[in-house]
Amino acid sequence: MDFADSPEHAAFRAEFRRWLEGNLPPEICVDDAADQRVAPDRETLEKRIAWQKKMHAAGWVGISWPEEYGGRGASFMEQVIFDEEYFRARAPVLPTASALNLLGPTLIHWGTEEQKKRHLPRILSADELWCQGYSEPDAGGDLASLRTRAVDRGDHFVVNGQKVWTSGAHFADWCFLLVRTDPDAPKHHGISYLLVDMKTPGVTVRPLVLLNGHRHFNEVFFEDVAVPKQNLVGPLNQGWKVAITTLMFERSGAGGRDHAAQIARLAELARQFPNRQEPAWNDSHIRQQLAQLAIDVKALQVTRLRGLTRRLRGEPPGPEGSILKLFGSELALRIADFSSTLLGPYATVDAPTEAVPDAARWHNRVLGARQYTIAGGTSEIQRNIIGERVLGLPKG
Amino acid sequence: MDIGFTEEQELLRETARKFLDAECDSRFVRARMAEGAAVTDEFWQKLAVQGWLGIVYPEADGGSGLGLVDLVVLMEEMGRRVMPGPFLSTVLLGGAAIAEAGTSAQRREWLPRIAAGEKKAALAWTEPALRWDAAGIALPARETEAGFTLSGTKLFVGDAHLADVLVVAARTRDGSTMEDGVSLFLMPKDTAGLTITLLPTIDETRKLSEVRLDNVALPAAFLIGDKHAGWAPLSRVVARAAVALCAEMCGSAQQVLDMTVDYAKLRVAFGRPIGSYQGVKHQAADMLVAIENAKSLTYYAAWALDQGVDDGPLAVSMAKAAASDMARRVAGTGIQLHGGIGMTWEHDLQLYFKRAKASEVAFGDASWHRERIARLING
Repeated sequence: MDFADSPEHAAFRAEFRRWLEGNLPPEICVDDAADQRVAPDRETLEKRIAWQKKMHAAGWVGISWPEEYGGRGASFMEQVIFDEEYFRARAPVLPTASALNLLGPTLIHWGTEEQKKRHLPRILSADELWCQGYSEPDAGGDLASLRTRAVDRGDHFVVNGQKVWTSGAHFADWCFLLVRTDPDAPKHHGISYLLVDMKTPGVTVRPLVLLNGHRHFNEVFFEDVAVPKQNLVGPLNQGWKVAITTLMFERSGAGGRDHAAQIARLAELARQFPNRQEPAWNDSHIRQQLAQLAIDVKALQVTRLRGLTRRLRGEPPGPEGSILKLFGSELALRIADFSSTLLGPYATVDAPTEAVPDAARWHNRVLGARQYTIAGGTSEIQRNIIGERVLGLPKG
Repeated sequence: MDIGFTEEQELLRETARKFLDAECDSRFVRARMAEGAAVTDEFWQKLAVQGWLGIVYPEADGGSGLGLVDLVVLMEEMGRRVMPGPFLSTVLLGGAAIAEAGTSAQRREWLPRIAAGEKKAALAWTEPALRWDAAGIALPARETEAGFTLSGTKLFVGDAHLADVLVVAARTRDGSTMEDGVSLFLMPKDTAGLTITLLPTIDETRKLSEVRLDNVALPAAFLIGDKHAGWAPLSRVVARAAVALCAEMCGSAQQVLDMTVDYAKLRVAFGRPIGSYQGVKHQAADMLVAIENAKSLTYYAAWALDQGVDDGPLAVSMAKAAASDMARRVAGTGIQLHGGIGMTWEHDLQLYFKRAKASEVAFGDASWHRERIARLING
């Protein structure tokens, strides 16, 4: 049992931390990066693209990709350290993050030489942005029942259908898309994986604005969209297998969200913020809740590290991985709820106030935190998964 | 970074599991409940042969010199079987206090014999005005020409009735801080003025006593460590014992979950195994989450104390707060999901529920530790 970095890892951490300190522009920093994975506007997007280019020039983008494809061949642990330092510095999620994490490794594994040459450099440099076309109105948790059709027309496919919850589609140049190519095959066996140019006639993007007013998600409609055959990734009708490879690359838990900074800020506010003429901190109810949140944040952090250890040792995943999503997302909600317990009406103001300069942050947390217990499989589905796959209880 | 156990630790776990499966089944535990001792000489000797009674003492004192992380592995396995008897009180409290603060003569006298299973010890530190910090130690020890005179009551002393020697924490002066003025004393069981009364408490596998001291005279040589400076070593002993208890709580809770899952697969209601209903399944999932998080915090605290890192005290309180809430919830949910059978004397869940409740409040419950955490994070 060793929670400390090895000397090599400590050096890597120090090197990246130093680079961030010297190069990250303060004006692009964000308090809660996951709430702003997609830039809120074009101007912010342009700043983040410039930031990615700067990182890329210094060799800090796609570090876990093999060197021959422009990465550093970084180890899994280095990627974890990278993520920890990156979010600790309050840096924003990179504009091509989903392509870096999901599409890139998939192309490296399944793509043709031409596909790799065409797309990988532009993912690293953010010269082209991507969106992920997986979920549909009737295929969310049960993704394999997707119905967007692609019909073989000789040298191209014709795509018809609808995707939903498509992050950043309104900025995207390309989409990595799951389509049904064989409607008669069992549902996992008739799916294919396509790369679609978003400028192709017949692609329509409609905003899906969240309850906090953020435009993050979209609906994407495909109406007789022609996709060249060379844009098929992996074998025809084996897109599920290709996509699963992609999902395996999704570094669930690597880096992860760390809520420690939120707790530190809430503790600070509790000491300053008057609650019936006294600092809220003097109220044992407030102290107890803050302490409990601090406990849970630490538990999440260590549980995540235990799961990473299994992965580093090449052991099969333990129960740790399954509980991270459930516990982490519910913890994020509880922190958001606590902010309004502490701040009262100030947590409902979407603007700076004299007493609470960062009121808007907490207003945004109260609204934004709701999505994490839903996106990527609801808490109810997570409890089913834990009950059935980890504990071995029978299906209902 | 590597947050897992070593091959040696896994081997220790396997050995412990086999030993306890063979020697400590529920029939054995129930038989010990019914007795005042809660341990047999034969069983205690077997623990000595395993090397467990000196596991954390230095090799020079007749121990194995293992760390808290190693101990965590062993405690989880003991928890799985609700091992009865004075392991915690003798090895991790009374003996550990002598190891932590004792002179070399005191260590030589007691530790090899504790490790060999020949002698037992206990730690008398808590009092009727129950608190788990230095302010809780009020019992006065007046200095006399020959040594010290102690009068007062110690309460909830684990296995005092079995101990050959008590380590008693007392106040030798009102110092500038609560920590200043606490001293530790050796008190052999036949000392005049010492009265031990067993309390009928919830967990009969681990007995608690009231210890009354009526003008007990102790020679100066029975002082352990430096006069007035006993709180620092005592708090280190208590911190390590608390983390060990957390590990035991995790092991017990894991067993409750395993029993509950097995039952939920077999028990049929309305034509289906109850484990197929989400109302049951989701509660089982929540039990797992609570257990895994308590394990995480326990492992971190064990490592932090072994390494002496700065946030050790914070880590201990986080582990104990989490383990206390977890133990109560898991044992309680275990009974709930078993239904009526879980409420019976016949079912083993009672052993786990009672141990969980006793452990929940030992060394401070969750509220106590959350308050301490708040103080620590306030800087």
